[in-house]
Amino acid sequence: MSGEVQAAAVLGGFSESEQQEDARGPVGAPRRRRLGLGDWLLPAYTIMAFVFLMIPIAYTFVFSFNDSIKSNISWRGFTFDNWLNVCNVEGGAVCEAFANSVIIGLVATVIATALGTAIAIALVRYRFRARSVISLLLFLPMATPEVVLGAGLAAQFLALGVPKDMTTIILAHTMFCISFVVVTVKARVSSLDPALEEAGRDLYGSPSQVFWRITFPLLTPGIIAAALLSFALSFDDFIITNFNSGSTSTFPKYIYISASRGIPAEANVVASAVFLFAIVLVVASQISRAARAKRLAKLD
Amino acid sequence: MAFAAFATAEAQAEAPKRRSRIALFLLLPGILYLILFFLTPLISLLLTSLQAPAEFGDIGVYDYAFNWQNYVDVVQQYLPHIARSFGYALAATVFALLFSYPLAYFIGVKARRWPLLQSLMLVLVIAPFFISFLLRTLAWKQLLSDESFIITSLKALSLMAPDAHFTGTPFAVIFGLTYNFIPFMTLPLYTTLERLDTRYLEAGSDLYAGPFAVFRKITIPLSMPGIVAGTLLTFIPAAGDYVNASRDFLGGPDTQMMGNVIEANFLVLLNYPAAAALSIILMAAILVLVGIYVKRSGTEDLL
Repeated sequence: MSGEVQAAAVLGGFSESEQQEDARGPVGAPRRRRLGLGDWLLPAYTIMAFVFLMIPIAYTFVFSFNDSIKSNISWRGFTFDNWLNVCNVEGGAVCEAFANSVIIGLVATVIATALGTAIAIALVRYRFRARSVISLLLFLPMATPEVVLGAGLAAQFLALGVPKDMTTIILAHTMFCISFVVVTVKARVSSLDPALEEAGRDLYGSPSQVFWRITFPLLTPGIIAAALLSFALSFDDFIITNFNSGSTSTFPKYIYISASRGIPAEANVVASAVFLFAIVLVVASQISRAARAKRLAKLD
Repeated sequence: MAFAAFATAEAQAEAPKRRSRIALFLLLPGILYLILFFLTPLISLLLTSLQAPAEFGDIGVYDYAFNWQNYVDVVQQYLPHIARSFGYALAATVFALLFSYPLAYFIGVKARRWPLLQSLMLVLVIAPFFISFLLRTLAWKQLLSDESFIITSLKALSLMAPDAHFTGTPFAVIFGLTYNFIPFMTLPLYTTLERLDTRYLEAGSDLYAGPFAVFRKITIPLSMPGIVAGTLLTFIPAAGDYVNASRDFLGGPDTQMMGNVIEANFLVLLNYPAAAALSIILMAAILVLVGIYVKRSGTEDLL
């Protein structure tokens, strides 16, 4: 039910539309057509809506080239300096924050993906008691506001006297990523044909062979989508991080703290670079998916 | 024959036992993790919310107690913040729904014939996710500041009073919340509209229903699961957000929400019991509201 899960579907390059194809009406069925308002109004609205959605992104990108001195508010001229010297500002604070975010994102993603994938397989493939309790436990972190998750963990670390550093951030991020991994991978496990695994067992594959040679490769697209989603969630998280980071800096936390005195243009550089990298990755996967679908259609 | 039946029965009896051990092995690490880092933190939040200041302690030192007075105190002190949280979140949810529905309808229904265009438009919908949430909000702050092109033009056209501001007002906070949660609204709407069988709409107009009646009586009810999912995914994070309302972003002194006072009490004032009590109130209120909403909209199976 989550928007983020569908975001993961887009990231992973598969969407439910693949399975829904036949549910649609017959193509080319006779239809009376009147040239209605919707024929041009809706496309025009859509274009305007996308322009609106892109405005802050374009702003961030353009201002990464601003020849600013300290705060990056008014336009002073075009320069490549910010892109070429990203790590030279404030003793490399931007880059350090960025590196921390990447490390935290990677570690939290690996742990959350492993734990979440195991849960997803168990939920789809096995029957056990307490299923509804476990589903609730998985659903609740997604329905809890981040500020409550963050304050709760911080209260627990405080009560136990655990000092807040990078480890506590990783522990927090792993926690909120698990549920999203479970929903994403679960969709993939449900769509898996059990006959393939049965065939493997019939051919004398041991349980571990069947898992690693058949189940795991078939689950890979779902697992990759879940991992990308986890990384994106962790990388951009601010609220939970703010409660559990102590003095450790992350990229969003760096921006929050610098917001009162002005953000250096180098932060725009890092954000723009991350954006371009992600967009290229996603668009490439969409295009290759479309090409694959065309090839398969030809084979039919 | 009988022997064969016996053998399968035995195999079946054996299988679930072994299988449930595998299931336990798969479930245990993750579930244990969630118990340790999601469930017990909620309990420690509850315990913290009942703490009383230590008798001979410094600021920020508290003893475990059953000090229910904390709840009365925070409600009295922060009632405007509580009201703002839910009011702003509600307004942002309504605006996001109005903005997203036509967009999702175009991507999910009108663009069906062009799958590549459809998926590229979906990429555009989630594109804001790829740039930092805080930088997006700061970009709007600059774009809507008093000296900005947008605001000076509005003032020149007399659409805005010359001495009026946009940033720092409730409108700016609601605007920011709306913008930031639009993808959460659009994606679930798209998912249900993508599956909408357009033959129902044709049947409606064949039966002489006008476009508006078709939309109200067929399209809206069929897309209800997406509307419910989208409004929940927007409302819940918006109610707990404190970035948009923060003074350094789109808010001002009079726009502070629950998230802001939870942050201030926890990280600045070190008044942990107040922060914890506010968090518990926020979570309880959201669970109650979501429960009522889901029941009334008749989409319980969604959860």
